[in-house]
Amino acid sequence: MFAGMLRRPSAASILSLIGVLLVYVILGGVDLGKLMGAASWVNYAARIGIVALFVGLLMISGEIDISIGAMIPAGAMTTAIISGYYGMPMIFGVLGALAIGVIVGLFNGYIVTRTTVPSLIVTLGTLVAMQGIVLAGSKLLTGGASVPLEAPGWAKTIFGDLMFGGSHQVVILWWIGLAVVVWFVMHETKYGNWIFAIGGDKVSARNAGIPVDKITIALFVGTATAASFVGMCNAILFNSAQVSGGMNDIFNIIVSVVVGGVLLTGGFGSIPGVFIGTITFAIVNKGIDFTSIDRNWSNLIIGIMLLIAVGMNETFRKKAMTAAKKKKG
Amino acid sequence: MSDAKVVLELKNVDKSFGPIDVLHEISLKVREGEVLCLLGDNGAGKSTLIKTLAGVHAPTRGEILVDGEPVSFAGPRDAQDRGIATVHQFGGTYPLMSVGRNFFMGVEPTKGFGPFKVFDRATANRIAVEEVQKMGITRIDDGDRLVGGLSGGERQSLAIARAVYFGARVLILDEPTAALGVKQAAHVLRIVNEAKKRGLAVIFITHQVMHAMTVGDHFAVLIRGAIAADFRKGEKTREEITDLMAGGETMADLEASIEGYMETHEGHPPKTEPAE
Repeated sequence: MFAGMLRRPSAASILSLIGVLLVYVILGGVDLGKLMGAASWVNYAARIGIVALFVGLLMISGEIDISIGAMIPAGAMTTAIISGYYGMPMIFGVLGALAIGVIVGLFNGYIVTRTTVPSLIVTLGTLVAMQGIVLAGSKLLTGGASVPLEAPGWAKTIFGDLMFGGSHQVVILWWIGLAVVVWFVMHETKYGNWIFAIGGDKVSARNAGIPVDKITIALFVGTATAASFVGMCNAILFNSAQVSGGMNDIFNIIVSVVVGGVLLTGGFGSIPGVFIGTITFAIVNKGIDFTSIDRNWSNLIIGIMLLIAVGMNETFRKKAMTAAKKKKG
Repeated sequence: MSDAKVVLELKNVDKSFGPIDVLHEISLKVREGEVLCLLGDNGAGKSTLIKTLAGVHAPTRGEILVDGEPVSFAGPRDAQDRGIATVHQFGGTYPLMSVGRNFFMGVEPTKGFGPFKVFDRATANRIAVEEVQKMGITRIDDGDRLVGGLSGGERQSLAIARAVYFGARVLILDEPTAALGVKQAAHVLRIVNEAKKRGLAVIFITHQVMHAMTVGDHFAVLIRGAIAADFRKGEKTREEITDLMAGGETMADLEASIEGYMETHEGHPPKTEPAE
């Protein structure tokens, strides 16, 4: 039973989470009840988690997208410029942010499937290019790098409010909702099967009649749009958007996915794993404020956690490959 | 000659890539319930021939006939729909996915309706295990097992069972035994016999003469893109076949000339000319 659990791709993330909580309790004297009730890390987890779900899918298919780092501010700026600076109806700001995600995703996907350039390099190109477009575009259109936004009530309620008068943001519901949808597609439908196959062996997948290129492009659209969606939510919540910011998110999101048990080489991983990996990362990064540990140590913990996770993923992969034991799932 | 029905036939097929002629005037017949062994050294054009049969390449000249009708394949899917299945050296399987998911890759059984069509794991696993066991691999009894945990021979067998289940009539096996140990290879050869018994036409590509002699009914030796010899079981000995594959030069002659050279050159083997 326990051995069976260890063979599941989410095992690394569960063990990481337990390990982090143990460290916090033993070394940091944390009050677990207070930590669990706190909103700061959940809000943070939701924001990176929405993107991490889609980056998880993409990484299972064997590709990577680092342009998400530019897409979060790009989504925020698009919303703020359209509906804030130009004062157009909010719906245009929302659609504009999503559209820019779809366009950049299509571009990334198209270049990756039409050339043999690794997706890391392609999306590095779009990352830098989008940063340039967003900064120069913002200066050109608004004369500044920060744009205020007055979002109407409905947009606040749907994308950027606090729930139940507390300090939990509505984006948490989006995260959970999207996680359920992505989990369903990945683990219960044939499309999930295809994504695993593309990450496992692209040539065989193509021979089996799977539309590899279409799916790859769709996955790139997913990551870029998820990132611009999160940027849009941020702009609506904070009533403004800045050009800077978002660079750390690249690494934070990818670390969450890897801690969640997704292999860097593709073909293995799970959505529950990515979800728990994101929670673990957020607890390390934001939950450290609830401990007596100096928060500057959090990066050390993240570094160690990442190394352990990568090592464990490799071990689990080997176990999964050799073990004859039955497993569920 | 055999009077079994010819399933797949090549008539004077040429294939060239630009100015390079890879296949030259290939004519072959594959019959139901018969194993055709395609022998040839590396670079003899075996892969190109398989890819032409599997619909990856279209022949430059000549025609391919299925059941006596000329056909032209638009792609591998087209050939598959005509019942021509190719199993590659590593089985085209996904090591980190389960037996059931591998078996039904691209043709997943689903249950439910509309947007809630879910992958029917139980059915997939049950059929996959049944079919693999029918081919004589009884060690696979759990459809949730990851394929990476299977041996090379079992992976090949899974891929062959899959092709048979999905209605293949011509089974192209590309070096199925090349990477396997003796026992594993015997395993695969047994499966090839099983497929043959079920009336499939099998094209078995190999450069291991022993494996070819074990299952083959009909042999074709490919040298520099042309068929150098075409004969039936029992018409040639193992040595004769090996010599043919080496390009007509007998192995004994080759060994003698190398030894002679080494004696006069301080034990160094002769330098070989790079191929054109």
